[in-house]
Amino acid sequence: MQFKFWILVSLLLVGAPAASADVMPLMRVLTLQDYNTRVVVVGILLLGIAAGVIGSFMLLRKRALVGDAVSHATLPGLCAAFMIMASMGGDGKWLPGLLLGALVTGGLGILMVLWIRSQTKLKEDTALGIVLSVFFGMGVSLLGIIQKMRQGHAAGLESFIYGKTASMLAGDAMLIGGAALVVITTAVLLFKEFRLLCFDEAFAKSQGWPVRALDIVMMLLVVTVTVIGLQAVGLILMIALLVIPPATARFWTEHLQTLVWLSAITGGISGLIGALASALVPNLPAGAVIVLVAAAFFVFSMLFGSRRGVVIRFFEHWKLSRKVGRQHLLRALYEWVEESSGTGPDELAAERESMGISFESLLPERSWHPRQLRRWLRDAMGQGNIYDGSDGLFHLTREGWSEARRVVRNHRLWEIYLIEYADIAPSHVDRDADMIEHVLGRAMVDELEALLRTRYPHLAMPPSPHTLSLAGGRS
Amino acid sequence: MNWTMLDTWIVIAGVLSACSCSVLGNFLLLRRMSMMGDAISHAVLPGLAVGFLLTGSRSSLVMFLGAAVVGVLTAVFTQWINRFGKVDEGASMGVVFTALFAVGLVLIVQAADAVDLDPGCVLYGAIETVPLDTVQLGSLSIPRAVLTLAIVFAINLGVIIVFFKEFKICAFDEELATTLGIRSAWMHYLLMTLVAVTTVASFESVGSILVIAMLIVPPATAYLLTDRLQSMILLSLGFATLSAIGGHWSAMAVPPIFGFADTNTSGMMAVVAGLLFSFAFVFSPRQGLIARFLKPKTN
Repeated sequence: MQFKFWILVSLLLVGAPAASADVMPLMRVLTLQDYNTRVVVVGILLLGIAAGVIGSFMLLRKRALVGDAVSHATLPGLCAAFMIMASMGGDGKWLPGLLLGALVTGGLGILMVLWIRSQTKLKEDTALGIVLSVFFGMGVSLLGIIQKMRQGHAAGLESFIYGKTASMLAGDAMLIGGAALVVITTAVLLFKEFRLLCFDEAFAKSQGWPVRALDIVMMLLVVTVTVIGLQAVGLILMIALLVIPPATARFWTEHLQTLVWLSAITGGISGLIGALASALVPNLPAGAVIVLVAAAFFVFSMLFGSRRGVVIRFFEHWKLSRKVGRQHLLRALYEWVEESSGTGPDELAAERESMGISFESLLPERSWHPRQLRRWLRDAMGQGNIYDGSDGLFHLTREGWSEARRVVRNHRLWEIYLIEYADIAPSHVDRDADMIEHVLGRAMVDELEALLRTRYPHLAMPPSPHTLSLAGGRS
Repeated sequence: MNWTMLDTWIVIAGVLSACSCSVLGNFLLLRRMSMMGDAISHAVLPGLAVGFLLTGSRSSLVMFLGAAVVGVLTAVFTQWINRFGKVDEGASMGVVFTALFAVGLVLIVQAADAVDLDPGCVLYGAIETVPLDTVQLGSLSIPRAVLTLAIVFAINLGVIIVFFKEFKICAFDEELATTLGIRSAWMHYLLMTLVAVTTVASFESVGSILVIAMLIVPPATAYLLTDRLQSMILLSLGFATLSAIGGHWSAMAVPPIFGFADTNTSGMMAVVAGLLFSFAFVFSPRQGLIARFLKPKTN
């Protein structure tokens, strides 16, 4: 799988410590000379990848904020685990024990959300909010108790709220990295099943897939990723790792596999930079840096993403509106010629050279704004469709004429289709046809032409199914 | 356990804050934007931090305004990303508030040496210290936080009463609102502004976790018990009050039963609200688990 590549990259990073004995801290961190830094960086990198992978599925299932509820719900588990371990005389801060506690209440939180949603008329967002705030309140209360306990020193627990990568030990990081690898592997192995779940749950069920079990596995993976992320990025920012990388990747692709892939890279890079930065700069919370890097990726992708980016969509919209505007102009010119000459369409071609129309008489043909009309005219002249004659009137060129014929033909074909098949009254058909005629496909035009031949066998251009003078007020 | 005047002030602050939140929460719930409260209350952190860094004081107007502005921006950004980026609403909210929270965290941690603003205090507040900071009002000496929260509650209640019809129509049928000439976008941002202001006013005394709980849980509890908006709002105010009183009482009374000292009041207020919700969840006459279990299945 493609993830092997990333594992390879991380291995290279681990092996990267060059022979250089540079003592500068910058070099020491960047070349990962400290064993501890190296393990922590790799652990966070794997965490980012795992969160990116599982987050993609959550995004597509419109459950982005589930991670929010889960991460808040882990706090009471952490505190309870601490209290139990401390009261049994052990070390209250034994990480695996704490994470197990977090896993239990995190999972419980998800179950509560699903239960409340299925048993009441409350919607998902409210169910999430209830679980999130009540569980977190519970955790805060337990934290309050712990702070006054004799074994006290709950300082370690507070770091789970905001995260503290810098103080992470190699052992903790290995636990995180190992769990992240398990999550990634599970998600890759169940990729096909998860895809089915994301796109057509009902179909998956009808095909005999164990939808419920798969759903539970997916939720379990979410809880696991959240829990292992607690120490590194903190429970409030953990949700960002589940949400931002997939949302970022979505701007670039429509394919699930690419989405997961891009999201994993975004998450991994964010984790990498965050961990490095917090090792380099004292007093820089790693979780916040990770989230800010991811957010920067998001903003860039939202603007420039190749699929759903704002710029590309704006450009495409502009292109389409330009095309539509020009076609409206050509149709108006054609219909004006048709109307004022009163001859059949085949004789029109000869006459069009001598016929010109002034700006003032063209303006009322459609509900144009003068500035708009001027823009379309300029556009059409640039395209060589019309020319500005010496008499100050606008004339269609030869190419403009055939283009106008094509446009009018498409429009009228579509009007026939709407009257024939969609039962739209002739007086309304012009407006409806307007919306679709510019994007008619070749196959559809062929089919409509066949229909045209049976209705008007002797004509190259169908007459308008409604009176053209009516069309003066169309939009 | 001995109840003193201090406890009374703490409970009054808690009740005022809880009621200010609940009255708004009803409309958030109906508009399916419950998580907006969560998002805004996390996202105000950079506003607080900047305001604090500029003035160096924790109760300055600048800080208040800074946070309120960021709170409204959260709503605006979420809507932008949702509309222009075509990102699902929950995800856009998640992107915006976590990014803003991260900015705030960096600011606070970087300035930690110079100033004394504990991020923990934003989360779970310091309601226990409310009675210590008082202002003189005539012959009466009342805590500053109580005064602030009373004003906020009055504003929230006033706005909701004045614009009740508009809010109601917007909550149930946005298209109808538009045809009636109500600017639903304006009502949306008015509501968001109120949420932001309430969050900021509450953060120092009761902490943002209580704000989130009170925005969501009492209205949800009321929603399970009634179908009328007026009674839902009144019920939610009742539940908010009960949670605040019960929360402070149990923060003092419950831990000693297990041999511990007392605990954080804000957290327990959220827990009591959760308990009230579970009662409604189980026993509600029409929506509850028992009622649904007993009701003959109609197919």
